[in-house]
Amino acid sequence: MLKRLCARAFPRALWVYHANTGACNGCDIEVIDVLTPYYDAERFGIRLVGSPRHADVILVTGPVTRQVAPALRRLLEAVPAPKLVFAVGSCACGGGAWFDSYSVLGGADRVIPVDYYVPGCPPRPEAILHGVALALGLVEKKVAGEALRQETIEELAMGVSRFGGGRDATP
Amino acid sequence: MLLSKLREALICFGAGRVTLPYPAAPREPAPGFRGKIQVDADLCFGCGGCAHVCPAGVIQVEDAAQLTRVLEFHWSRCTYCGRCEEVCPEGAIRLTSQFETATDRPQDMVIRLEVFMGPCQRCGRCFPPPTPLERMTAAGFRHGGDGGRA
Repeated sequence: MLKRLCARAFPRALWVYHANTGACNGCDIEVIDVLTPYYDAERFGIRLVGSPRHADVILVTGPVTRQVAPALRRLLEAVPAPKLVFAVGSCACGGGAWFDSYSVLGGADRVIPVDYYVPGCPPRPEAILHGVALALGLVEKKVAGEALRQETIEELAMGVSRFGGGRDATP
Repeated sequence: MLLSKLREALICFGAGRVTLPYPAAPREPAPGFRGKIQVDADLCFGCGGCAHVCPAGVIQVEDAAQLTRVLEFHWSRCTYCGRCEEVCPEGAIRLTSQFETATDRPQDMVIRLEVFMGPCQRCGRCFPPPTPLERMTAAGFRHGGDGGRA
């Protein structure tokens, strides 16, 4: 019964442990901003907790530095089993401007499996809320990978363009 | 003491609702906001100036074939500085106001653009710009009275 209750409660209330892995504090301030009454992520059941053992979600900001990477791995092990990892900010998503730096591993997904990415430098509070709502299934995803190409000279010579003047957006 | 608490409660009742109805109602960013990049495939001619100035190395240029140049925009690490938009001579890159870019797949944060490079009429190969100054201009450098910043 407790198991069923947990399964029902999990999508309603996500307790978040915020891990700064070398961020510049820009993303951290936006994360705090999301928790204020103006944006109010607590209406979705989001709450910051002080220990990873209480958390369902780890929210990673910052490119993972060499120093903090083992601690981040241990932190993920400390979170009980149904767990999500959010990468907030360009640094956590792909390393940011430090993606190939010697002291940085380049993104949270190099160290731990990431479930949701919220790019932005820093992301707007609305963008973080959108990521939260995406995880809760309240909104649709609005980005997709794009593959664009121009016509080759043969296609131009034939006078037919399969690609509609160079635009071919395939999700 | 008690009166002050009551006064505080009254102030709280009078304040009304401050929370934004955000995910339910749209909220536009301020004008001038720089969001996700958008690439116009018709305008790009593959000079690679954007890749040269990008501080985060978002744009990777690869000459896949003799007449095909592939530009890959891994914008997950984009810092939205807008330098690519500034240096693009054709205005092919634009920073839109889209900020709702949360996703669960890293492949969603890649734009791949295959540019057809114009070849030489005689030998059929792509040719570099003839003078060093033109080459620098094509690579994104701008020379002017502002110390080369713009």
